[in-house]
This record gives sequence, C-alpha cells and structure tokens, in this order.
Amino acid sequence: MSRFLIKRLFSATLTLFAVSVLTFLMFFALPRDPVTSICSKNCNPERLERVRDDLGLNDPLISQYAGYMKGIVTGRDLGSAQGGRCDAPCLGWSYVTNEAVSDTIARVLPVTLSIVIPAAILWLLLGVGLGMVSALRRGTWLDRLAIGFSLTGASLQLYFVGAVLLLVFVYNLRLLPVPSYTSLFDNPAKWASGLVLAWVALAFLFSAIYARLSRAQMLETLSEDFVRTARAKGLAKPAVYGRHALRAAITPVVTIAGLDVGGALGGTVITETTFGIQGLGRTAVDAVKAGDLPTIMATVLIAAVFVVLANALVDLLYAAIDPRVRLR
Amino acid sequence: MSLSPVEGVALAEIESDPDAIAPAAKGVVGRSPGQLAWLRLRRDRTAVVSGVLLVFFLLLGLSAPLIEMAYGIGPREQFQKLLDGFGMPLGYAGGVTGDHWFGLEPNLGRDIFIRLIYGLRTSLFIAFAAALITATIGIALGALAGYLGGWLDAVINWITDLTLAMPFLIIALALTPTITLRFYGERGQVSSAFGVGVLIGVFAIFGWTSTARLVRGQVIALREREFVEAAKASGAGLGHIIFRQLLPNIWAPILVSFSLAVPQFITSEAALSFIGVGLSDETPSFGRMIYDSLDFLQTDPAYVFFPGITIFALVFAFNLFGDALRDALDPKSSR
Repeated sequence: MSRFLIKRLFSATLTLFAVSVLTFLMFFALPRDPVTSICSKNCNPERLERVRDDLGLNDPLISQYAGYMKGIVTGRDLGSAQGGRCDAPCLGWSYVTNEAVSDTIARVLPVTLSIVIPAAILWLLLGVGLGMVSALRRGTWLDRLAIGFSLTGASLQLYFVGAVLLLVFVYNLRLLPVPSYTSLFDNPAKWASGLVLAWVALAFLFSAIYARLSRAQMLETLSEDFVRTARAKGLAKPAVYGRHALRAAITPVVTIAGLDVGGALGGTVITETTFGIQGLGRTAVDAVKAGDLPTIMATVLIAAVFVVLANALVDLLYAAIDPRVRLR
Repeated sequence: MSLSPVEGVALAEIESDPDAIAPAAKGVVGRSPGQLAWLRLRRDRTAVVSGVLLVFFLLLGLSAPLIEMAYGIGPREQFQKLLDGFGMPLGYAGGVTGDHWFGLEPNLGRDIFIRLIYGLRTSLFIAFAAALITATIGIALGALAGYLGGWLDAVINWITDLTLAMPFLIIALALTPTITLRFYGERGQVSSAFGVGVLIGVFAIFGWTSTARLVRGQVIALREREFVEAAKASGAGLGHIIFRQLLPNIWAPILVSFSLAVPQFITSEAALSFIGVGLSDETPSFGRMIYDSLDFLQTDPAYVFFPGITIFALVFAFNLFGDALRDALDPKSSR
C-alpha cells in the first residue's frame, strides 16, 4: 500500500513537471509576442525592450523556466516594475491586470470551489441515486421517468439551460438575484442565492451521465452470481444491493467522477461564462485572449494540480470500494 | 461462449417469435451474439424510432447540396430586405414564411433552415470522425495497460494523466489559433476543411483518455477472473485474451461511452465556439449558430429555438439509440 502511494506520488509529480514544461513551451511558441499585448500600439522600441528585459524574455528558455519554477518553490525578486519581492508560491506578475498572479488566483479560486463542490455533491447524489432506483425498479414508471430525466439532461447544453434558467428565474419571475459571488463566510444566504442557478444547471447536466452509467453498471451487476448467492443465503435486499452490488457497480462511476470533479475544479469555463461569474475558468479565457502569459501558465498549472490529485484519489478509492481490485 | 441459463431463455424467446428470420432448419438454431443483438434491436421500439431518426439526420446532412438545390436558397445568401430597421426579421417567429421555413438570422438575414442543414453535416462529420478515432485509441491503450500492467501500464497511465491534466478548453483556445497561424500566416484565407481538420485533431488528442481509463479499470477488475486464467492456462495469446476474452465482457460500458462520445463531440464543438474558437462564420455549424443566437435570447427567441431544438433532437436520438444498443448487445440482458 505505502509502496503504491509512493509510486503514485512520484508519477503525479512527474506529470505536473511535464505539464509545466509543455505549457511553457506551447505559450512561448505562440506567434504573438507577449510584450506587444502589454504595451499598446504607440509603444516606443526602448520601452518594449525594457519590458522584455523585465520579464526575462531575453534569457534562454531554460533559465526562464528555472526562474519560474524557483519562484514557485522559494519566491524570487521580480524587480520594481513587477511589484518587487514576490513570496513563496510566486506565479509571476501580470502586466495586463497589474497585480501579482498569485493574488488574482487567491481571489478567483474560492469562486470556482464554491461553484463546483456543492454542484458535485448534488450531481453525485442525484445521479447515482437515480441510476440505482431505475435499475432496481427496471421497467416501471419510475425507471422510465429516471431514464427520461437523464436522457434529457445528457442531451442539453449548459449555456442553453443556463440561458433559460436565467430568463425564467432572474429576468421574468425575479425570484433570484443576478448570479454573483459573495464569500460564504460573509453572507451564506447571499452566497447560496447567487450561485444556486449554476449548481442546478451543472447538477442537471452532469447527473444525467451518472444516472446512465450507474444504471447500466447496476443492471450488469444485478445479474452476477454473487448477488444471487447473497440473496440465496438469506441476506436482506437492502444489504445485498447497498453493500454488495453497489460497491461492484460503482467503480466506473468513481473513475468518471474523479475526472469530472478534478477537471471542473480547474475552472468551469462554460458555466462561469454563461452566468457571468469570474472564477478560474473565466480568468483563464480572459488571459488567453489578452495574451497574459503568467496568468495562463498559473491557471493551467492549477487546473493540472486538481486533476492529478483527483486521479490519485480515484486509484486509492478503487481499492477501497472494489475488493476485487489489487493495487500493485 | 457457454450458454448461460439467461441466454437460453433469450434464445427460446426468439425461437418462438414468428417474425424472426428463422433458417429453414427446425429445432435449436445456433446464432452468433451479433445476430441475437440485431434481432433484439429490431424488436425494440425505441431503438427503431431513434434509429430511423438518426438515419434521417444522417441523410439530411449527407444530401445537403441536393437539399440546397431543391430549396433554392444557399447558406450564404442574405435577405436584408426582409429585416426591419434594427436588423430583426419581419413577421412572426423570426420571419418564418413559405420561402424561409425556419426564419432568418437577425442582422445578416441568412436563411436558418439551409444553414441548419449544412451545420448538421459539419457537426455530424466532426463528431463521428472524432469519436471513431478516440474510441480506437482509447480501447487499444486502455486494454493493453489494464491487462499487461507493469511498466507499460505505468507509461500509458502517465500519458493519460498528463493529457487529462491539461485543461482542454483553455489549451484548445490557445492552441487552435497558433496552429492556424503556423499554416496560414497572418493574412491567409483559412479554408473550412482545414478548420474542421484542426478541430478533429484537437478532439483526438484530448478525447481518448476517458475511454482508456474506463477500459483499463474494467480490464483490471476482470483480469483476475477465472475465465481469463483458464484462457491463459490453455495457451491463449495476448490478442486472443484481449479481443476474445476481455473486450466482449466490457462491450456495454464501451458502447455506452461511445454512444455518449458522439453527442459529446457535437456539444464540445459548440462549447469551443461558445468561448470563441471553433469554426469560422464561413462554415455553418450548430455550435456557431447557437453561440450567435444567444445574444438574441430576449429579442428573437425563435432564432435560439430552431438550432437549440435541432441539436437537442439530434443528441437525444443518439442517446436513445445508444441505450437501446446497449440493451441489445449485452449478452446478459434478458429483454
């Protein structure tokens, strides 16, 4: 077990390293010089050269990369034009927003967390619950209703659902305020009412996939011999379905859930754009459009960290949930 | 494959069915799992309806130029005379008339119906190409990694992790213009075939991972089972174990994931348009149309409605058919 953990940790670190190198190369290969977007059209060559020097763009690529990485681990001095000393998780200085990138991230990360975590809880409960119920009550009206719900959800588009929700609940019925982010610790009621539409839209669309998958898996498992054996030896139905069948059926669901939650934490681009909430995803899109290199790097790296962590967690959960899986 | 009791029942059911195309021989007839699935599929009403709908959509997409000839209006023709001073189409429901079945686009005044037909072609082509490519890559890598384990598993798993760790939308947003610029330079006229190709390429690079992980997880759960051991003990090679022993057992999740992949790529294409990459305005596509239409949600809801409902119907039909296919192909299902 501990050997598995160490191996997993090692490969996770390697992945993050590769992601950082790839993004670094990719964005330096961008045909647009990052400096031109920083200073606008009537910018004299001297100033352009100075900015390029400040950003370290005249250094060789390897030393630029090393400097960036050193900044994340120990912090570094960026020069007076870029806010001077930059402390430990230093992600650089953005000329577009004129602030340290770590400050931007610290501002937008709680927004994305507040959207994704409640939505994920909602969609997992709803999806797996519906899938189980419809598998156990196969062929009844309940099954048809659940299938209908999940098929509709899986066939809809987030921005379409989002637009309709906005139109109905915000503009027509005026039941909810225009979506916005308030800190949970400042005002929980406002926090919830500002984000509830995003949760509902995300949960509706995502739970559909989970309902389909867990229904398919549950049906498959219910026809297994061990389920019949468990019933035959006199075990009560809830114990058979809840403890034996669900555990065997849920492994693929856990895989997808890990991927989805990890990916969503890195920024729910479409959701944030639809509802006009400034989280990680929208920040990343803005940064790409403005050619704001340090911010792009930071958002991509953070998204990668979330996905890598979620993946490692899924592998551990596999062994905990499905007794047939052996870690090696 | 041995006859399980359930399969026996299914066989008996089909035997008693007068509609079944029974060979002349009497008594128990051997049928391959594929034949059984086809029979089940034909008897499933949902499958038939959604299948017919899909074929209809496919034909519509494939015969787009023929429809243009019959309809008499091209996808790039503009009808400015039929718009009012604010660029909104005259008449009811976004300008629906006998000439323009689904009305006109605000501002440009192009015919929505013929653009939808061409958009259908673009979206279907992209989605099918991307789904086929990604499923092939995903199944091959996932099965190898899951069954062989060891260093190969470690490497494939690592590449999967790496691909998954890259945020798709953000990378695609940054990558697509870069690739296009590399090939065309600042001023070059980008052909629509190239744009479609880049999209399929981006989907292929990022889309195979979920299938690979799914297949790998399933294979890991199966590889310790007796039938695999038995095959190995009787001297079966790697290809036999993977293709004949393991893959037939995980058809259901693979098919569910493929049936989800096609509409997902239709959706992804739309999502890319939504954040500003995707195809240019020259190439009609669902994503582009919906993205453009959302600005008119309050002023011209019909413009949102037509592409929105069409894409919903298409994706819905895919999902229904995928489900029915799953039930039909699953040798354990006794429907």
